[in-house]
Amino acid sequence: MEILVCVKRVPDPAENEIELNSAGNDIEQDDLVYSVNEWDNYAVEEAIQIVDKVGGSVTVVSVGDEDAEEVVRREMAMGADKGLLLSDDAFENSDGKGIASILKAAVAKGSYDLIFTGALADDGAAQIGGMLAAMLDWPYASLVNVIKADDSKTIKVGREIEGGNQEMNEIDLPCVLSIQTGINEPRYVGIRGIRKVASVEIPQLGAAELGIDPDTVGAKGAKVKRVDYFIPELGEGAEILEGSTDEIVEELVERLKAKGGIK
Amino acid sequence: MSELYIYVTHKDGAPDDSASELIAAARKINPDASVTAIVAGSGDGADTVCQTVAASGATVFKIANEALAYPNAEIVRNMLVNILPSDAIILIPHDTFGMDLGPGLSIKLDAAFVSDVIDFEGLEGTDLKIIRQEFSGQVYTHVLCDISAGAVLNIRPGAFKADENQIAEGQIIDKSGDAGDLTARRRFLEVVEAEAGEVDITAEDVLISVGRGIEDEDNMEIIFDLAKEMGGEVSCSRPIVDAKWLEKARQVGTSGQTVKPKVYLALGISGSFQHLGGLKGAPFVVAVNKNANAPIFQAADVGVVADILDFIPELTEKISELN
Repeated sequence: MEILVCVKRVPDPAENEIELNSAGNDIEQDDLVYSVNEWDNYAVEEAIQIVDKVGGSVTVVSVGDEDAEEVVRREMAMGADKGLLLSDDAFENSDGKGIASILKAAVAKGSYDLIFTGALADDGAAQIGGMLAAMLDWPYASLVNVIKADDSKTIKVGREIEGGNQEMNEIDLPCVLSIQTGINEPRYVGIRGIRKVASVEIPQLGAAELGIDPDTVGAKGAKVKRVDYFIPELGEGAEILEGSTDEIVEELVERLKAKGGIK
Repeated sequence: MSELYIYVTHKDGAPDDSASELIAAARKINPDASVTAIVAGSGDGADTVCQTVAASGATVFKIANEALAYPNAEIVRNMLVNILPSDAIILIPHDTFGMDLGPGLSIKLDAAFVSDVIDFEGLEGTDLKIIRQEFSGQVYTHVLCDISAGAVLNIRPGAFKADENQIAEGQIIDKSGDAGDLTARRRFLEVVEAEAGEVDITAEDVLISVGRGIEDEDNMEIIFDLAKEMGGEVSCSRPIVDAKWLEKARQVGTSGQTVKPKVYLALGISGSFQHLGGLKGAPFVVAVNKNANAPIFQAADVGVVADILDFIPELTEKISELN
């Protein structure tokens, strides 16, 4: 089984509180700590587990600038066999369709049975996997939380649907799957693992190598453009309790008693 | 302007709440537009859904076929590509079905795609101005979407309020003959129902719910200690289940349980719409979070900006003294 996993470098939600800049139109970029999109770690772990079972190899790919190389390398430290970076000034500010078409060009350069993406990332769009599958004209399943793969031409996948239920499907290979968190327990990557792959060369492909017309991607090719970030006037929201910890605790206990929260 | 369509999901002969919300969303894009609702399915149930939706004022395209009895996104996509005009704007609920359908449909229609839309702010030329969120609701964005060649717009459930104004009943037009080839390379097998857990959080009046802010499994103890003192039960948000620190049956949210307690403590929970989607019945909500910008503070009645690891033991101790 040849598996390609698409990963994205994003601001780490565990390390950052996302805030607006002083102009109030973009997020504050200073001191942002980046990491691999959380969903993508589950996708890479799943790919490694499948290859361990049925053979084959795992390739990790990312669309991004030089900085994205660090996340590809981190996923290689998890155990992915190969890395690939798709990088070009023309790719900047691509919309979802642009990113998917860049990935499609990379898929055409290899030979894959399975492609994984994370179910969603920082922008919450949950769109790349479905777009890529449609461009390749491969079948697709989103929000996958179980995969039963052997060496046959079809696999079984479970999708997480509403209410904690699971929708089981049979799907023909090759296919694209978007992977939901919780499907497995991604392995820990230690300093030693990172060192092991520190000098592995990660090939880098641009628009020319991928045969992509620069006008069809990036800001030029985008039908969907983010104009700004903002935080609206949201009304009052919660009454924030203020004071010393003792005062807050005392007040909160009173409120909870009044509402029947303390039995 | 392009014609506006909505995709109606339904179950047991009743349209999902999203149907009337999508009609409201379509009217926000263009108040004068006629809205066509697409109802796909098979049997008497689908007929009943067509009548219900038509009664709410939309024209209904009915596509009846045994292959559409279960909503398989690949089959629905093939059908929509055959049914829709080339520059259509179609609104789809941003739920687990819509996430499966929308992105690929936009490619096959060569239309723009925007997901998880929460509001519209009118047209600028051929661009529709859309509001959505990023970073789990911590910030909002304006997005311009060129709709001149059509668009697929996935709409967040609950974001638009259904329009109560009754309009003249719509027509039902049978388009079943236009659906085309309805075979798929992904075949639906069965739905496996969630396993019942050791606790039933849906029956609890007081829920002490814990999220990512607990940081480490070893810290979970402070949540159980508080729940014991308060006489409530422990529930959680998704990351806690992903980390396997609590069983799935304790998860509140659209992908977990729908709960209706009287009092709900959200401890170290950021408050994504998926989490809040599982919280019903207007409980008294207390949020404790160290991030003052966390969306949970918009949903809460009372908030405390603090690290739960410091604050919760203090709260537990105080309640313990009273007990």
